[in-house]
Amino acid sequence: MFVSLNWLNNYVDIQSIKPEELSDKITKTGIEVDGIEYVAEKTSGVVVGYVESCEQHPNADKLQLCQVNTGDDKLQIICGAPNVTQGQKVAVAKPGAVLPNNFKIKKVKLRGVESNGMICSLQELGIDEKYVPSDVAEGIFVFPEDTTIGESVEKLLNLDDAVLEFDLTPNRADALSMLGVAYETAAIFDEEVTFPDETIHPSEEKAEDYITVTAEDPELNPYYGAFIAKNVEIKQSPLWMRNYLIAAGIRPINNVVDITNYVLLEYGQPLHAFDYDRFGSDKVVTRRALDNEKIMTLDGEERTLTNENLVITNGKEPVALAGVMGGANTEVYSDTATILLESAYFNPSAVRKAVSDTGLRSDSSTRFEKGVDPNRVERAGLRACHLLEKYAGATILAGPVSFDEMDRGEKTVTFATEEINKRLGTAITSEEISTILNKLQFSFEQENDSFVVHVPTRRGDISILEDMVEEVARIYGYEHLPYTLPEGSPQAGGLTQKQKLKREIKKYLQSAGLMETITYSLTDEAGINKLLSPELAKKALEPVQLSMPMSEDHRYLRLSVLPGLLKSLAHNQARSQTDIHYFELGNVFLSEESQPSNQPEENLRLAGVLSGLWLNHSWQQEKRKVDFYLVKGIVEGLFDFLNIPVTFEQTKLADMHPGRCAAVLIDNQVAGFLGQVHPKLEKTMDIKESYAFDLNMEVIFDAFTTDTDYRPVPKYPSIARDIAFIVNEDVKAGEIKDMIEEAGSPLVKNVRIFDVYKGENLPEGKKSVAYSLLYQDLEKTLKDAEVEESYQKIVDTVNRNFNAYVRS
Amino acid sequence: MKDQLEMIRKEALAKIEEANDLKKLQEIKVTYLGKKGSLTSVLRGMGKLSEEERPVVGEIANKVREAITEEINHKTELLEQAELDAKLESETLDVTLPGRPVEAGGPHLLTSIIEEIEDLFIGMGYEVKEGPEVETDYFNFEAMNMPKGHPARDMQDTFYITNELLLRTHTSPVQARTMQQYGGAKPVKMICPGKVYRRDTDDATHSHQFTQIEGLYVDKNVRLSDLKGTLDKFAKSIFGNDREIRLRPSFFPFTEPSVEMDISCKVCKGAGCSVCKHSGWIEILGGGMVHPDVLEMAGYDSKVYTGFAFGMGPDRIAMLKYGIDDIRHFYTNDKRFLTQFHHAQGGAQ
Repeated sequence: MFVSLNWLNNYVDIQSIKPEELSDKITKTGIEVDGIEYVAEKTSGVVVGYVESCEQHPNADKLQLCQVNTGDDKLQIICGAPNVTQGQKVAVAKPGAVLPNNFKIKKVKLRGVESNGMICSLQELGIDEKYVPSDVAEGIFVFPEDTTIGESVEKLLNLDDAVLEFDLTPNRADALSMLGVAYETAAIFDEEVTFPDETIHPSEEKAEDYITVTAEDPELNPYYGAFIAKNVEIKQSPLWMRNYLIAAGIRPINNVVDITNYVLLEYGQPLHAFDYDRFGSDKVVTRRALDNEKIMTLDGEERTLTNENLVITNGKEPVALAGVMGGANTEVYSDTATILLESAYFNPSAVRKAVSDTGLRSDSSTRFEKGVDPNRVERAGLRACHLLEKYAGATILAGPVSFDEMDRGEKTVTFATEEINKRLGTAITSEEISTILNKLQFSFEQENDSFVVHVPTRRGDISILEDMVEEVARIYGYEHLPYTLPEGSPQAGGLTQKQKLKREIKKYLQSAGLMETITYSLTDEAGINKLLSPELAKKALEPVQLSMPMSEDHRYLRLSVLPGLLKSLAHNQARSQTDIHYFELGNVFLSEESQPSNQPEENLRLAGVLSGLWLNHSWQQEKRKVDFYLVKGIVEGLFDFLNIPVTFEQTKLADMHPGRCAAVLIDNQVAGFLGQVHPKLEKTMDIKESYAFDLNMEVIFDAFTTDTDYRPVPKYPSIARDIAFIVNEDVKAGEIKDMIEEAGSPLVKNVRIFDVYKGENLPEGKKSVAYSLLYQDLEKTLKDAEVEESYQKIVDTVNRNFNAYVRS
Repeated sequence: MKDQLEMIRKEALAKIEEANDLKKLQEIKVTYLGKKGSLTSVLRGMGKLSEEERPVVGEIANKVREAITEEINHKTELLEQAELDAKLESETLDVTLPGRPVEAGGPHLLTSIIEEIEDLFIGMGYEVKEGPEVETDYFNFEAMNMPKGHPARDMQDTFYITNELLLRTHTSPVQARTMQQYGGAKPVKMICPGKVYRRDTDDATHSHQFTQIEGLYVDKNVRLSDLKGTLDKFAKSIFGNDREIRLRPSFFPFTEPSVEMDISCKVCKGAGCSVCKHSGWIEILGGGMVHPDVLEMAGYDSKVYTGFAFGMGPDRIAMLKYGIDDIRHFYTNDKRFLTQFHHAQGGAQ
């Protein structure tokens, strides 16, 4: 909503208030003012001039040589506008004048002839192109004949008007009208509101002889008023009205259209003018549309309607989509003589439905959707008729003809002073409250500290005590509220175990050198079925899909965090940042239907991608590339940190390197995977060799326990023994390790693989794996014989099971 | 014999003095003190001495041995020290060469902001709640006093999945979920951080995904002034003690009265500048007193209980705090952006 302050001043006296102060106070009281704009940039030295003569320039076809009288001066001015003619009153920038963009007017010679000034168009005076009326869009602006020669155009064209831009919250529909803004301003500055002139001089002829009105669904249309205006002369509306419309961001068209727009802005009540002669009958019937009923709206589009839409008909066919847009066949034309003027109340939700069905949104629908003031509907019609009489020469027939089942009653809210203070933490007196209610122009009864307030119908947003609390508080001033802290009983705050664990896991990964990232939950088609963790891949999951995505990039809810992370990786590597070590803690969304009936399961994942160098100590030529075992080491370290035993199992996953991928198992349950991204996917995504992990946090939460028991630090010395087995290449080193641990139990406390060797000195197809064993007895000093016995047992078991032999 | 001993002493000490390495010193030790050494051989001749002379000479001999030993030890220490010094000197490094990098990772800036705010409210006795990102229409809108067709639904353009399921547009549904969980019987004091989604085209100031932190305090006798006091503590803790707050009336369907909170502009301290669009104030968050309908729907008797709620955007807070000009940075994960916030933060002054 754009509020012209010159216009507003007609209803409430704000002459002495600076725009900045007004803006600041209105903002603080509850309507956010987004900014103060001026209708045009400052001009000076532009006055009304009379074109005494207008001849063609002797040396130029398209230029006119004008003699212009500006009262105190007679100026010869060369003008290129196609519409300039003798006898016009025009805006003349005299030599020395300054136009917007600091354009200074000087005496010049054009094709050898002197030109002492400039005749201006509205655009040249700083009015936005889109608001300039079409009849003067291609040339100079022409003033009405009765304009005084020599008068400054600044005031005449309202160029100095300040306009406040309101950022309205949906509850304050009352401020979608100049009168509503006037009430608000009056409340803030404790002033009176003056209503505009609504008097008309109806003819003896009666509107009811021209039209009947029926509303078939009073719930959707409780009031419909039809005014008939005859002998209408379609022409320009008065300059002041055009000025105000321009200031409010509306382009003037003609007097009838301008008057309906003007009253819409003034009263907040949308009106619609039908051409009576084109209406097609003498009855207005409002009803629900039939399913698939069609209407051609003013914008030339054919709209298909449903039973939930309300239409205005002539008893046969729809002539308007109620509250949204009129039909093309009843539009007012330049030859229109009789007008059927509609001023009605349409149910907000019906209009809302029509807007969402058709996608049409207009200044009318915006107001109906939020609810217009039932007590202003008829008055707005009268106001428009008053203006039609005055500015379109119309004869208003006695009327209006109306259908009326409208509830115009005021709501009452009852409260005691104490209730207000209890909710605000204030000590406002009953006297102060009564002053505030008077400023708001709410009628009320007061008995000591008790109030019964009759809320005016223009304030449809107020119905309960809490609404009155807010009204009182905002006029009292939020800045006067004290600062207090709640007096309730103190309570220990804190994080849950899962929340603490999440923080600790993030800290671990950060200490390990990984950066936390956040990627989008919504992904494109290419991202949905990629890199699914094995425990998810085996479920019959369908990616959850938005019903109306804004773009294909964000259509599905992700099933894996990894594609998004790989995109971040690609973004970085495309910008020469090759060494990336990222992780993310975020949800994936599991459902068996793409349009699920229940909320999908939100599965928290801990995923990471690593690529490029891990260590780069350049002057020592020390470089380590990220590899499988680095990622595995980080994951192993995490589980060690969490004290959760974990195993790894060779596995194959689509989009992962077939030989370099491991499932991560906790207690034989798959908890995720890690490995190298498949080179084909790397190529598709334009990333370098990359490694990834993806862990199911729910499995980790379940496996995590906090009972850490103290184990005594060993008192007796330990003994280390190394052993190297030669086995077939395809034997898994980890399986031998498991067997050593099993066979060596309980004396073997730790088994570490310290060497893996293939090649020279070994038979073809064989490899050597060396293990370092740590023997320890917590109760006594170990004897060599015990160690030897255990060692032999290990050797025998491993040899037997893996067809191995000890490397000597 | 005494003279002989004295001569040995002098000679040995002189040689020790001259010796300049440990090997030489060892030779001297052998020469004088070894089994075949000169001192030993002198002592071997002691048998020839008289009963009276023997102890006297013996004592002198011992003194000579002690003197030589002591001198050798002393010199050894000196030489060892010198040798060590020389070795260490030869090991001198160029300390200006860079060390082996330990590239620590770090938190995402939004996580830092969220955890800072969590910790502040935990300190004031709040618990941290979480809720689903795919919400029901009921919790996202209806329980928040926005029935179907309510105009305020337009304030939050929504990603719908079905008519009943959607991506939550705010963290407010967690208010209703928490109150329901508490069954209308006990006070609620919680904050809830999380991801939210709106139908917005991504640009410098809009993101279809962003984060929010919801706060809710429900108890008997909670007042609007309590919200003002609480938000003042929040603003000073996060933005600095020199910042002022201002509440303005606003509108949210789930609070009444509703407020918008501004903080004084850091740059101009309230005087007005381009950062604050010449108002002196910067909008930070919205809040208000929990609407009685919201309390009632969640099972709280609005005659007995009142409460305040607020919601803020960590993205916006981070952008204001650090002067970040594009919200997309949070989700693009450019390493040059992420690493800027890996330094210790330590909170506001």
